[in-house]
Amino acid sequence: MGEARDGVQVKRVVFVTVGTTCFDALVKVADSQEVKDELYRRGYTDLLIQMGRGSYLPTKSTGDDGSLAVDYFTFSSSIADHLRSASLVISHAGSGSIFETLQLGKPLIVVVNEDLMDNHQSELAEELAERKHLYCARPLTLHQTIASMDLNCLVPYSPGDATPVAKLINRFLGFPEES
Amino acid sequence: MEKNTSCFFSNSSPNLVITCFVAFITIILVRFLYVIYRTGKPLNKRTPQQTLSTLIVLGSGHTAEMINLLLVLQKDRFTPRFYIAAATDNMSLQKARVFENSLADSGVKGISAEFMQIYRSREVGQSYVTSVWTTLVATAHALWLMIKIRPQVVLCNGPGTCIPLCVIAFIFKVVGIRWSSIFYVESIARVKRLSLSGLLLYKLQIADQFFVQWPQLQRKYPRAHYVGCLM
Repeated sequence: MGEARDGVQVKRVVFVTVGTTCFDALVKVADSQEVKDELYRRGYTDLLIQMGRGSYLPTKSTGDDGSLAVDYFTFSSSIADHLRSASLVISHAGSGSIFETLQLGKPLIVVVNEDLMDNHQSELAEELAERKHLYCARPLTLHQTIASMDLNCLVPYSPGDATPVAKLINRFLGFPEES
Repeated sequence: MEKNTSCFFSNSSPNLVITCFVAFITIILVRFLYVIYRTGKPLNKRTPQQTLSTLIVLGSGHTAEMINLLLVLQKDRFTPRFYIAAATDNMSLQKARVFENSLADSGVKGISAEFMQIYRSREVGQSYVTSVWTTLVATAHALWLMIKIRPQVVLCNGPGTCIPLCVIAFIFKVVGIRWSSIFYVESIARVKRLSLSGLLLYKLQIADQFFVQWPQLQRKYPRAHYVGCLM
């Protein structure tokens, strides 16, 4: 619960992002009473939705009546700031969003868009979920995932490294090895 | 006498044409086989070069991975750099510009980069009928850009825009316009299946080196190099 410290409530923000896509199913379900209640029960205070190119508009709320404060916007020049100030991120399955969030060390639930034609995105989400770096859900199962998730079980993601590629490229081209 | 001469001439002229044609085809075929043979083999070390002009093909969503790779490549070896992205993709070139500016800001000398847009063969959802024409336009545009750039190194990681460019690079090798080394890095988002661009370049053996970021793909496509995650 948002603990009072000298009367100041600690904000725990859930940030929902769909990137540059249109993913009304996620925005809708994030704005649903079921999910909002679940998030409130798990101790979150604010819900901020980045809705991208979608057409569904969430309902804003100040949260004064003992519920989640809800706000939304379409795009931002710096998602990174919103990610940094979030306690939980719920994202579409775009690799950019996923890795930006993982590199900031934020707990992440990835929601796969089932309306996409060639859904290779789900491969990445499922692989990372198998390695326990994030939770993977579908729009209809999001509230269950929130209810049952244990963020302490998540394994931190170690940043990748492009130097193996560079080494192979340099060797192929005949450039001398770096000392 | 004159009649005989003209008869002789008119008889041998088509033979001459045919002979030239056959010779031409044979040369092209030999060159083609030579390029196939040399594809994937490291460059001749006896003639190392100081700098290689580099074409970097960008695509929405995977630009961050390419930037990650460029960060660990020695900039003074891979210069001048040419960035190409699809005309309808606004963010990729912008990210590349930011990257090059940050190089200049951090004091790296001799920055030489150009940014270009290329017509897309086909937009998402475009009808296949109109796609025939737009693909021809895109290929002609790719040819124009490649003639201008004639890169020695081609780096790409997935977008469809790289196919006409890589095919033209391959043709340049066959015809002798420019020898290039083509490197393809399949995106980190591809865990079990290759993208269409990746599949084409892998099957046609156009890429000199083909990199994948997940072990499942390396098992499925043994000629690929598994290099782990770039992000």
